[in-house]
Amino acid sequence: MEFLELIRTGPAQAKLLRGPEAPPLRGILCVTGHHLLLSPGPQGTSDLWLLLLHVAGAVSYDSGTITLRCKDLRVLQLDIEGVEATLDIARSIEALSSLESVITSFPFFYRPKGLRLGDAWHFHPPERYYKRVARETNAWRLSEVNEDFSLCPSYPRAVIVPRAVDDDALARCAGFRQGGRFPVLSYHHAPSGTVLLRSSQPLTGPQKRRCAEDEELLRSVLAGARPGAPGFILDTRSAQAAKQARVTGGGTEAKAAYPGWKRLHRPLERGRPLQESFVRLVEACGDLEKSMDGWLSQLEACRWLAHVKEALSTACLAAWGVEREEACVLVHGAEGTDSTLLVTSLAQLILDPLSRTMTGFQELVEREWIQAGHPFQLRCAHSAFSHARPKHEAPTFLLFLDCVWQLGHQFPLSLEFGEGLLLALFEHAYASPFGTFLCSSEKERCLCEVRTQTHSLWSGLNQPKVRRKLRNPLYVPSPLAIWPSVEPQSLQLWQGLFLRWIRPPEPSQVAWEKVWQRLASKEKTEDCEPTSKPQL
Amino acid sequence: MEHIRTTKVEQVKLLDRFSTSNKSLTGTLYLTATHLLFIDTHQKETWILHHHIALVEKLALTTSGCPLVIQCKNFRIVHFIVPRERDCHDIYNSLLQLSKQAKYEDLYAFSYNPKQNDSERLQGWELIDLAEEYKRMGVPNSNWQLSDANREYKICETYPRELYVPRIASKPIIVGSSKFRSKGRFPVLSYYHHNKEAAICRCSQPLSGFSARCLEDEHLLQAISKANPVNRYMYVMDTRPKLNAMANRAAGKGYENEDNYSNIRFQFVGIENIHVMRSSLQKLLEVNGTKGLSVSDFYSGLESSGWLRHIKAVMDAAIFLAKAIMVENASVLVHCSDGWDRTSQVCSLGSLLLDSYYRTIKGFMVLIEKDWISFGHKFSERCGHLDGDPKEVSPVFTQFLECVWHLTEQFPQAFEFNEEFLLQIHEHIHSCQFGNFLGNCQKEREELKLKEKTYSLWPFLLDDQKKYLNPLYSSKSPKFSVLEPNTVSFNFKFWRNMYHQFDRTLHPRQSVFNIVMNMDEQNKQLEKDIKDLESKIKQCKNKQTDGILTKELLHSVHPESPTLKTSLCFKEQTLLPVNHALRTIEGSNPADNRYREYAEEFSKSEPGVVSLEYGVARMTC
Repeated sequence: MEFLELIRTGPAQAKLLRGPEAPPLRGILCVTGHHLLLSPGPQGTSDLWLLLLHVAGAVSYDSGTITLRCKDLRVLQLDIEGVEATLDIARSIEALSSLESVITSFPFFYRPKGLRLGDAWHFHPPERYYKRVARETNAWRLSEVNEDFSLCPSYPRAVIVPRAVDDDALARCAGFRQGGRFPVLSYHHAPSGTVLLRSSQPLTGPQKRRCAEDEELLRSVLAGARPGAPGFILDTRSAQAAKQARVTGGGTEAKAAYPGWKRLHRPLERGRPLQESFVRLVEACGDLEKSMDGWLSQLEACRWLAHVKEALSTACLAAWGVEREEACVLVHGAEGTDSTLLVTSLAQLILDPLSRTMTGFQELVEREWIQAGHPFQLRCAHSAFSHARPKHEAPTFLLFLDCVWQLGHQFPLSLEFGEGLLLALFEHAYASPFGTFLCSSEKERCLCEVRTQTHSLWSGLNQPKVRRKLRNPLYVPSPLAIWPSVEPQSLQLWQGLFLRWIRPPEPSQVAWEKVWQRLASKEKTEDCEPTSKPQL
Repeated sequence: MEHIRTTKVEQVKLLDRFSTSNKSLTGTLYLTATHLLFIDTHQKETWILHHHIALVEKLALTTSGCPLVIQCKNFRIVHFIVPRERDCHDIYNSLLQLSKQAKYEDLYAFSYNPKQNDSERLQGWELIDLAEEYKRMGVPNSNWQLSDANREYKICETYPRELYVPRIASKPIIVGSSKFRSKGRFPVLSYYHHNKEAAICRCSQPLSGFSARCLEDEHLLQAISKANPVNRYMYVMDTRPKLNAMANRAAGKGYENEDNYSNIRFQFVGIENIHVMRSSLQKLLEVNGTKGLSVSDFYSGLESSGWLRHIKAVMDAAIFLAKAIMVENASVLVHCSDGWDRTSQVCSLGSLLLDSYYRTIKGFMVLIEKDWISFGHKFSERCGHLDGDPKEVSPVFTQFLECVWHLTEQFPQAFEFNEEFLLQIHEHIHSCQFGNFLGNCQKEREELKLKEKTYSLWPFLLDDQKKYLNPLYSSKSPKFSVLEPNTVSFNFKFWRNMYHQFDRTLHPRQSVFNIVMNMDEQNKQLEKDIKDLESKIKQCKNKQTDGILTKELLHSVHPESPTLKTSLCFKEQTLLPVNHALRTIEGSNPADNRYREYAEEFSKSEPGVVSLEYGVARMTC
C-alpha cells in the first residue's frame, strides 16, 4: 500500500486513559494507513478504532504520552511503552492524518458490508426538487446551462431559474456575479406564491457597472410571482462593507437598476472571527475548574451564542419576508457560499414542513450546502484544535447545525430527527469514511469521481437500524411555520455537542431512553388494536 | 372598598414588554377588591393579584396617555397606557394602598373562600403532620427525644413548640445553651438519617464575641455528637462567609471556637447574606428586562449580578452537608446568623439530597413545612406581605426553589413533581391567598388563628396533583436514593421559566412533558380497552359454547366501546394537531382541549419574531 513509507512503527504496548470514571484500556497499538487500532486482546473488551482523519492537525507528545485532539472535539491520551516507539507512532499519526490528497483518503477505500456503491447518490438530484417546484408553479424551469461547470464552477450541473430567462442571458448574468453565481431559486413557498433566491454579489465595481440580463432576471422573478409581490435583497454584509467591496470589483445592487427590489443589510460574521469564536468556546468548555463568573464571562467573550442569534434572526427575517410580507427574497453576501447558505437553509427549515422531516432535512443539506457549493474541503479541515490557524477554515456549517438544534430545542415536537443526526452531520462534515462531504463543489466531486468511488453518507444513515436511532420519538408533523424566539434568554449552549466528551454521562440521557421506551410500548399497544378488533 | 375610586377604565393599552416598536393590545381595565383585571379585545384575561404587586410606577405623560408600570413578585411586569391621566392617577393610588396592607387581617387569605366547610378546612390543615414526619425519620429513639422545653414558646419564640434534642441533653443544658445563642435558637434536630444514625441539626450563631464561652452549649454539642454512635466527631457548618462571621464577633456574636468544643470540625461555606441576595436578584431582573437585549449583555449581566454564583454556593453547601453524612457518617450542625435563612436553605436542600421522600409531591410539602415554616423562616418579612421594612425582603426561598429546579434538570427522573409545581409554590408564597406562609413563626401564626380563619395550600395542590406530576419519575430506581449533583459551572443555567414565566414569547413552543404525559394516559386507556375487549370476547366465547349467542349480544358490544372510539380520535389527532378542519369534526371534541393549547402556542409564535420588527419595519418603509 502506498502509505507504507509513512508508517514508521510496528505494534506497541499502549494504554488509553479514558477520563476519570472509566478504567484505562490496555492493549496492543497498531497504526494502519487509515486507522489507529488499540486492541486489548481476545479476552478483553472491544477494540478501539480511530479513523486517523479524525485527528486534528496537532499531536502533542512528551515522554511516553501522546495526546490526540480529534475533530469531533474528543481528546484522547495514550500512554505508550518506550520513548522511541512513542515518537515513531506520533510521527506516523501526524503524517497520515495530514494527507492532503482527496483520492487517497479513506472514503475511497471504505467498503462497508451491506451497502452498494453509488446507492443513495441519486436520492437528491436537482431534478427531484424541481419536480416539486413544477407542481406548484409554472414560472420556473430547470436549466442545464452549467452542465460542464463552465459557467459557475461551484454550482451543480442543473439549476432552477425563471422560465422567462434563456441560457444565453444566464451566461451573461454569471459574468456579472462573483464566481459566476447568478441568482437561482432556493425555495418556492407555495402558500404565498413567492420565492427565496440566492446568488453572490454583483460585480458592480468602482464604475458601478450594470448588467441588463441580471436586472431582467430579477424583474422576471417578480413577474412570475404573485402579482404585486415586492422584492427584497437581503445582503449579509453591512451597508458599509458592501460599499467597500466595490473597490475590489464587487458591490451590491443599485436601487435604480432594480425597480421593485429593496435592499436590506444584516451583517453576519464569517470566516476568521467565526472560527476564533468556535476555538474559544471549545477552550472554555474544556476547563472544568472554572468559577461561575469565569465561565459566564468566557461564554460571553467567545460570542458563539451571539452568532447563533444573528444567524437565526436573519433567517427569521428572510422567512418573514417570504411568508408574511409575501415577497420574493434574494439572499447574498460576497461569495454566496457561506452565510448566504446559512440564511436560505434556515429560512426553509422555518417555513417548509417537508424540510423538517428526516428525508427532507437530508435533502436540504444536500441541496443547500453540498450541491450549492459550500467549500467543505476548505472550511471543515481542522475543527477547533488546530495551531496552524488555516486561512479558509470556518465553522459555518456547524453554526447552521447549532441553529437547527436551537429550533429543535424550542420546538421539540416539530423536527422528525433528533440531536443524533445533527451530531452525526457535524462529525462527518469534519472527518468521515463516507464521500458526501468531500471536496468543495460538484465540479471537484465529478473530477475526483467521488460519486462512483465512495459511499454516500445518506445510505449509511438511512440503514433502518441507524435511522431509527436518529429519529425524534416525539415528532408530530405540523403544516405551519415555526417561528423561534431569538432572545438571549431563549438560546442555549448546545451541551450535547460542546460538552459531549467532557461532562459525565447525564441522567438526562437515561431519561430520553425512558421516553423511547414509552413510545415503543405505545406503538405496541396501538398495534394490538387491529388484532383484537377482528375477533369481535 | 374605601381605596377604590375607579373600578373600570376603557381603551387601556397593554404594551408588549419586549417589543421595540411599542406593540400593544387594547382592552378594559377593572379594579376589584383583590385583583386588577385586564380583558383585551380577544377576551383574553390577565389577572393580577394585588398582593403580587411589588412596585407600581406612574411614568411621565405621553401623547397616547399615561403609562402605568406594574412589577410583580412573581416576575410579571405589565406596562399599561391609560388614556386619561385622572384615571391613571386613581388606579395608581388605589394600587399603592391595596398592594401594601398594614394588617394581616386585611390579606386575601382572610377573605378567600373556596367553599369548604370547617371540617374540610381542618382536614386540610392536618394533611401535613410533622410529628408523623419525625416518626418516619425514626425519632424519638434511644438517642433522640421530644423536648417539651419550648412547649409554651418560653425558650425560643421563633421555634415551633415541639423540638427534638439528644436524649442526654437535660433541660438546664438546653436553657443554658439557648441563652448563648442568638434569638435563643439553640441546636435542635432538623433531619435524622436512619441508616447512618447521623443527624442534621440547626441553630443560630453563638454569642461568643471574642472570648465568651458557654458550658451548657458545649455540652449540648457534645450530646449531639454522642447521639451518633458511629462517628464521634461532628461538623459545625457556618454558612456565612468567614469575614461576615468575624465581623459579628465585634457585636458580641460570632462563631464556635474549635478549642472550646470537643470533637467538632468547624467549616465556613460562604453564602452571602439577605441584602446581597436581594440586590443580586434586582440586578438580574434589570438585565433580563432590557428591551432588545444582546447576547453579550445578557451574559455579562448574568455574571455581574452574581445570581448563579450564589445559587452554586447554596448548592455546594448542601452537597458538603450530604457528603459529611453519607461518606463520613458524621452529624452536622448548621447555622448562619439567626438560623432562619441560609440555615433553612442548606438543611432542607441537604435533606432533599439524602432522602428521596422529600422528592415526592407530599414529601416536598413536608420539607417546606418542617425546615421553612415551622423553624421560623420569616416568610411575611422576606416576601413583604405587609407594608414593612424593605430591607427585610429577600429571595431566600426563591433561591431554594431554584436549587431544587437545578436538581430536577440534572436528575430528571428523581423527582415526582415537575417545574410547574415549583412555580405554583412560588406563586403562593407571595399570593397571601392561603394561610401557610403568613406570619414569621409558628407562635405568630397561632396568634393569628390561621387554622380557623384561612385555608391551607397543600390540599389544593394535591387535588391538582396531575398537573404537577413528572412523567419521567422513577421512584424505585436505587440510583436516585442519594443525589450527588455535579456543580461544575456549566451546569448552572438561567431559569427562564421562573424569571420569564409570563413572557410566553421566550418559552419553548412545545412541551415534551405534556406530550409524554398524554402518551402515558392514552397508553393506559388503550390497555384498559384491550382488557375490556378481551373480557368481552371471553364472555362471547363462553356464551357461544353455551349456544346462546344472539345478535343483541353482538350489538351490545358496540355501544359500550366509545372509549375505543375516542382513543382512536386521539390517535388521528396526534398526527395532525393543528389541522383546523379536523378539529371541527364531530366527535373529536374530547381531544379539542388538548390541542387548543398547541394551536395557541403556534399563534403565540408570531410575537416571537418581535425582535425582528426593526428589520421588518425597515422592509416595509
